[in-house]
Amino acid sequence: MKENFINAMYEAFEIEATEELDLETEFRNHDNWDSLTKLSLIAVLDDEFDIIIEDDKLETLNTFKDLLEFISNK
Amino acid sequence: MELQLYLLQFLSAAIPKNTIKNLEYTNHFDENVVKEIVDKTGIKERRFAPDHLTSSDLCYHAAEKLILDNAIDKTEIDVLIFVSQTPDYRMPATSIILQDRLGLSKDTAAFDVSLGCSGFVYGLTMAYNYANLSGIKKVLLLDGETRSRIYHPKDRKTAFLFGDGGIACLIEKKDSFLPSFFSLNSDGSKQNLIKVDAGGYRNPSSINTMKEKVVDIHGNVRTDEHGYMNGGDVFNFLLREIPKDIKQVLDFSDTNINDIDYFLFHQANKFMNDYLSKKMKLDKDKVPQSISKYGNTSSVSIPLTIVDQLKGLLKKKNLLLCGFGVGMSWASAVINVEECKVSDIIEVE
Repeated sequence: MKENFINAMYEAFEIEATEELDLETEFRNHDNWDSLTKLSLIAVLDDEFDIIIEDDKLETLNTFKDLLEFISNK
Repeated sequence: MELQLYLLQFLSAAIPKNTIKNLEYTNHFDENVVKEIVDKTGIKERRFAPDHLTSSDLCYHAAEKLILDNAIDKTEIDVLIFVSQTPDYRMPATSIILQDRLGLSKDTAAFDVSLGCSGFVYGLTMAYNYANLSGIKKVLLLDGETRSRIYHPKDRKTAFLFGDGGIACLIEKKDSFLPSFFSLNSDGSKQNLIKVDAGGYRNPSSINTMKEKVVDIHGNVRTDEHGYMNGGDVFNFLLREIPKDIKQVLDFSDTNINDIDYFLFHQANKFMNDYLSKKMKLDKDKVPQSISKYGNTSSVSIPLTIVDQLKGLLKKKNLLLCGFGVGMSWASAVINVEECKVSDIIEVE
């Protein structure tokens, strides 16, 4: 799950393979975060994990780790 | 609903000649940011109506073209429906002004329909239903938008997305080739996903509503009289409702998805539409797009895509149409086309 999640984040945020992803990072503070990345994130959560995340729920999540925990608990 | 009618026989479109290239649209944003927006949305160009042109003008030109190309007897047009959320005036209804302008008889029933992205599919059901009534020979369905005027050029979330256009189509009752099927839906709990707050009667216009203000932490600017859109929640809505609605109308019509010749989706955003196609495992060749050239023209986008991409190809075809957006309102249809004659697109100055 964790590995799938990390791959999904690399895809959604268009992160270079050489860059390491720190799960404690607040995803909204990532350099690549904007409203378009948000669409990619929604798409990847739906495609890889079959989860549709409402905006008001996403607002309560801050770090990549929060996202992973949310997905794991679904 | 199932409607046993012959589909739109003739279709035409008019767009402003004034072309806006998104990469050159504004200096307000960093050029790399703009490039990314263009790449992701797929919108390279749009058409903006100059100040003297309105949606009804575009529809007028499209209608005259359709009438001329097909030698339509205007006296046989009994109903005129104008779909738009950018009408000429608050009142009277723009459709009535168009009745006069097009020289249609005073026996013509004319009315406006205020719907956005779902508007064309909704409009078709109305046109079909009217055409089914005895005493009605032909229905002229017009659909026009000048969405370029609704959104603020300094609001990054919407500045690069919307464009203008108008279409005309003619519907006539004939012995059906095959029936057509529709699914119409509404969810007003999502009214705030895409909205213009002020300028109606809930929040009337005032000096304050016309003031520019910074609306978020990213520094996006607009007034209360400009539109806004919550892209994330719109995408969520799309994922939640659209595949389900398409499946529902296919099941209702007893149509196998592989028997659909073309899927015409509302042209909102290339990323969203590509994802929808991927999710539904659609053959890309069956999903024509026009968003790169015209942007999001709201209800006009489905028929504009047909005119732009399917001219000469609409003979004995099964189409799936799906319009979704502001409201939220969405509509899907399985349409069987015996033959639809499409006019060349005209550009209006």
